[in-house]
Amino acid sequence: MKKYIDHLILIIGVVFMMGPVVVAFMTSTHDAAEIHMQGLMTTWGGHFAETYDEVLFEKGGFTGQVTGLAMLKNSFILGIGFAVGKIVLSMLAAYGIVYFRFRMGVVFFWMIFTTLLLPLEVRILPSYMVMSKLHLIDTYSGLIVPLLASATGTFYFRQFFKSVPDELLEAARIDGAGPFKFFIDILVPLSRNMVAAIFVIMFVYGWNQYLWPMLMTTDESFFTLVRGIKQILLVWVGSQIPDYNQAFALAVLAMLPPILVVIIFQSWFIKGLTESDK
Amino acid sequence: MANIQIANVSKTYAGDIHAVKSVNIDIADGEFIVLVGPSGCGKSTLLRMIAGLETITSGTASIGGKIVNKVEPAERDIAMVFQNYALYPHMSVYANMAYGLKNRGTPKAEIDARVKEAVRMLELEPYLDRKPRALSGGQRQRVAMGRAIVRKPAAFLFDEPLSNLDAKLRVSMRGEIKQLQKRLGTTSLYVTHDQLEAMTLADRLVVLNRGEVEQIGTPLDVYHNPASTFVAGFIGSPAMNLVNVEITGQTIAFGDQTISVENRTLPQGKSTLGIRPEDLRLAQDGSGFAFHVDYIEELGAQRLVHGHASGTPLTVTLSSEVALPEDIRLSVLAEKLHFFSAETGKRITA
Repeated sequence: MKKYIDHLILIIGVVFMMGPVVVAFMTSTHDAAEIHMQGLMTTWGGHFAETYDEVLFEKGGFTGQVTGLAMLKNSFILGIGFAVGKIVLSMLAAYGIVYFRFRMGVVFFWMIFTTLLLPLEVRILPSYMVMSKLHLIDTYSGLIVPLLASATGTFYFRQFFKSVPDELLEAARIDGAGPFKFFIDILVPLSRNMVAAIFVIMFVYGWNQYLWPMLMTTDESFFTLVRGIKQILLVWVGSQIPDYNQAFALAVLAMLPPILVVIIFQSWFIKGLTESDK
Repeated sequence: MANIQIANVSKTYAGDIHAVKSVNIDIADGEFIVLVGPSGCGKSTLLRMIAGLETITSGTASIGGKIVNKVEPAERDIAMVFQNYALYPHMSVYANMAYGLKNRGTPKAEIDARVKEAVRMLELEPYLDRKPRALSGGQRQRVAMGRAIVRKPAAFLFDEPLSNLDAKLRVSMRGEIKQLQKRLGTTSLYVTHDQLEAMTLADRLVVLNRGEVEQIGTPLDVYHNPASTFVAGFIGSPAMNLVNVEITGQTIAFGDQTISVENRTLPQGKSTLGIRPEDLRLAQDGSGFAFHVDYIEELGAQRLVHGHASGTPLTVTLSSEVALPEDIRLSVLAEKLHFFSAETGKRITA
């Protein structure tokens, strides 16, 4: 009996979480006028192929230059650039903090840590100014680099490195591995679960960025999917109906990659955050 | 292969903690030296200084005639086996063994030959592709040994390598280490807190206490002629009985009893008498001294009898054949008595 209740609770949970996704998907298969009149849909509309084709390949946007595919590409560049950059940077920072005894190491760690109190929203103006002075507005570097420093990542890797037994370092030293070899041959492979876990978090974080790309890019060829959705709904001019179907289709498309990343990395993700393989 | 010289080596940590105090040891080529002592006696620190994992505060360590104080661990031509094995968890057995050679730029064919040879010697052939986590404790220990062997170093350094194994495995691995070292003839320095391991493995023992060398000698020499009360109490199991006595002429007095000893000159006045449990005998017909039995530990062939004589606790090893009453009389073998200075604890040689 208890088993059934457990299942019931889980099923309710699934319906609750999946419901909006299904509604969004179903709605995206209807045409715009229908949605405008009848609101959200829960049934199959039959315009799946044409809507998604239009969203992906037809040029749109304010200047009529950017396709859904281009936005998808931009989102990927942002997501992957974010995740990879943050991992590389925070691993190196943590390596320095844990394994090298330098003056004020602890101070530096806490300085990095306190940047958690300064999220992007707080430092928008100075960040924008720096990027603008460096002429990095409307570039991928400008989109990615200012957000790479990651206190969370550094902290996670620091904790992980601290849990690696000292004897491994000593054995490696006796085996003739210098600081660089020890990092590449021993620490990086040992951290792979951790890397996967942080990759998932950071990819999704980067993928969902909205505010920073909006500030940093004016050129529509740098638009990401998340911005594209907003853009479609902005064409509320005269009697024209916004392309609700396209907005929903874009939303569904924007959801897919993060979901895939989570599904693909989930076993490493859980391992990385819960167990240590030493 | 090489000899190792440790000359006046000291280690001082911040806050004036003297972990190792001017230790001198000369290790001959091919010798198996065991550093033994209670935890915190500085034995691991000493080993790690020779390995290059700790800096030497003062004094010099030389391997093969070359002073290595400032030499990187990798360039000291030593290999180390750690207590927790310190195998690289993500590498196969083969990769673990090959890693040190690879870093030294050894040609692939030679790495392969050396690893294969070590693996055959250690009977690890079936496990070459396994990861350390898929091995038992004993197998991991062997891989750690293999990692040391393939390097063909001038010296092996062992840091309590058997402490994480269960008792039975420890005994068999102990034998294997001894055999392997005999076969390879590599100078070895072995750290342990287990006096039995020390006795069985060592060509020579170095007994350390609070960072200082108490005695250096062959296991039997250390056992039969302990240099101090510390060594007497530490080496040998069950431990040697130590009794405060006062000697006048040929009579040894403790508590309210006396023992008369002939055929031996005794140090006069107050001293500490040491006598091993197996050197006490059941006395015949009322001779010897009175001993009250508190409890008995049966070991099978023998029994350990714990009790006291005039308030002094004593342990006696007796054959388990005879039934024991609560009060018995014991006698001593005159030539097996050890005397130590009451003040310094050092051995008094008559």
